Amino acid sequence: MAETPENPAAEPPRLDVPTEVSRPDAAPAGAPTPDAAPIAAARLNVTPAGIPGLDVDALLSNKDKHVIACCGSGGVGKTTTAAALALRAAEVHGRSTVVLTIDPARRLAQSLGVEALDNVPKAVEAVRGGSLDAMMLDMKRTFDEVVASHTTPERAAEIFANPFYQAVSSTFSGTQEYMAMEKLGQLRATGQWDLIVLDTPPSRSALDFLDAPARLARLLDGRVIRLLSASTPGARRSMLSLMGASAAVFTRVFNKVLGGHLLTDVAEFTASLEDTFGGFRKRAEATFRALQDDQTSFLVIAAPEPAAVGEAVYFTRRLTEERMPLDGMILNRLTPVAADLTAERALGAAAALEESDVDDPVAAVLRTHADLARRRAAEERVAARYAAACPEVPQRWLPTLGVEVVDLDDLRAFGATAAGV
Amino acid sequence: MTASAFPVPRLHIVTGKGGTGKTSVAAALALALAGTGRRVLLVEVEGRQGIAPLFDAPSLGYEERHLAAGLDGGEVFGQSVDADEALLDYLTMFYRLGSAGKALQKFGAIDFATTIAPGLRDILLTGKLKEAVSRAEAGRMSYDAVVLDAPPTGRIVKFLNVTVESGRLAKTGPIGKHSRSVARMLHSSLTAVHLVTTPAAMPVQETLDANKELMAADLPVGHLVLNKVAGAKAVEVEAEAINAGLERAGLTPEPALVTGLLKEYSAARAEIESIDAYRDRLEQLGRPVEELPLLPEGVDLSGLYQLARVLRPGIIGERRNG
Repeated sequence: MAETPENPAAEPPRLDVPTEVSRPDAAPAGAPTPDAAPIAAARLNVTPAGIPGLDVDALLSNKDKHVIACCGSGGVGKTTTAAALALRAAEVHGRSTVVLTIDPARRLAQSLGVEALDNVPKAVEAVRGGSLDAMMLDMKRTFDEVVASHTTPERAAEIFANPFYQAVSSTFSGTQEYMAMEKLGQLRATGQWDLIVLDTPPSRSALDFLDAPARLARLLDGRVIRLLSASTPGARRSMLSLMGASAAVFTRVFNKVLGGHLLTDVAEFTASLEDTFGGFRKRAEATFRALQDDQTSFLVIAAPEPAAVGEAVYFTRRLTEERMPLDGMILNRLTPVAADLTAERALGAAAALEESDVDDPVAAVLRTHADLARRRAAEERVAARYAAACPEVPQRWLPTLGVEVVDLDDLRAFGATAAGV
Repeated sequence: MTASAFPVPRLHIVTGKGGTGKTSVAAALALALAGTGRRVLLVEVEGRQGIAPLFDAPSLGYEERHLAAGLDGGEVFGQSVDADEALLDYLTMFYRLGSAGKALQKFGAIDFATTIAPGLRDILLTGKLKEAVSRAEAGRMSYDAVVLDAPPTGRIVKFLNVTVESGRLAKTGPIGKHSRSVARMLHSSLTAVHLVTTPAAMPVQETLDANKELMAADLPVGHLVLNKVAGAKAVEVEAEAINAGLERAGLTPEPALVTGLLKEYSAARAEIESIDAYRDRLEQLGRPVEELPLLPEGVDLSGLYQLARVLRPGIIGERRNG
């Protein structure tokens, strides 16, 4: 876990950071009572007092960190967060940065200039200071590159033609996650960038990112595939004795259920794979280990919804178990509240106004505020579950910007809010 | 079984972009469909356990379990379908595997089989749905309707069309045959794919895209649900009026408070005005559009019933006309 300054306001101001009078982090401290704290936080749009604050700028300017991986369940703003952090690292901290996105929304892709799936980072135009390259992952092509770089052109052609390879490389549910890791490894190996910001695939669960590569490796390198592969009779014998009678049942059922030709494809594929790859498992393990080193930083991204927060908690526990360097949690999409007034008082005042005029326009304004304040309070109650479960993880809470992030200016604004300036 | 014998959809597939609230809508739809004497099964397929918390219920498993009473005394059951268990189930049914099945699972063979054949997972999941839709007990259908909290719009066509995908890999085996019968049901009027969106540019665009893709794949699109619609009244108001209003209501009109309220209201007002534009875009697709309110406190069980009551007229109307 990264060091987090106890009091971010005490840090010397960095010259390259645009400063503003208001320091949201200097929110009034005090015991976060259920009533008072959310309101104070609501007004200032910040992480509540009592939760360690994530210093985004300190993380982005840390020259010892070369990879920042943004993880979280689908629909929490991972891609936007990754792009905004990368842009800020380049522009504010002058770092030579590349952002690897997986499946950006069309307009975000346009603004980054990564509409085409060309699998090679391209410079983002109009970046001020530093440099930012961006790319969108093409998993099929990345898989092809892995194959091509490890074997002769003839063998590669054979593999590419295999229907099983085609299926695994384009549709297997773990392929995207594994190829994201592969690509990360490739980008790191070039040494061309000082910082790589990684968006992770839109999986059902954030855990898939950690599990899928091993799953794919197990699939391609596992004992079942050896059992089925005619090319490894020795393995087959030993597996048979291990499994006893089940093996016979298995092969029979498997052939019946899936059709015989699939197994033939698999066997051929495995045979081509054996002498070229030297084991997918090893490769996946190496990539996985690379994520554990100190140069990497994981950020968990969440939104104030029960499922997303639950997912963030599970993912955090898993990162801790795997000794992955987790540096913080970013909570996106809080309802912005601008007026400091409790929902109850707003509703009371609205009712009082409506007594003399049911259509009092100010009553409508007050009711709108009450709705926002209640939404925000409900969101904060959900978000507070994360701090309860993972009290040591520094957090940064971000209100919705009110506009969709579509161009570099929106990304800049997002990055500045994330950094709390 | 011919499609025309069942003009009313009995399999309701609810999808939407992440964050649009498709799980809540699926749950509310199940409650709305569970009228007097009716039994509805609410299913999730990706092990997300998104349904149970909405009903304050313990995590769902592979066994169907009673979840809640429907809107008019019907019953809603819940189930979380897992591909590995569905394959075991399937093998047991067709091959009488017995304990050998368990051994296969232990060995990792089940996991292997469901990962090796792309789409096998999805066939098993959709196959399980078909089984629930067509199951009969004591001369009547076990469930009057089955509601699926489906994968998000980005993956829905692939999920539902997987039978076509798998046809390439498993042409001969029983899975191939099975998948073709599942495909027939998914492409028939027995099924309706409902698309959930919120009034925002990206989810609405994704809904339009999904509608197009579903039509291209010849999958039946049902209702469009515009969810989380904020209900603020459109009024003309300025800082001075707010100042005066706050004073009349006995509040101190501090400048920061007035500015804040005005800022919030104009944002909300802009949002309300944009809702009409989004609704228009959805209505142009020529499908029924249902509108559900944003519940400020989030969706809990009582919120689900509230949403179900809003959904019911559209759903019941569909049944009568059908």
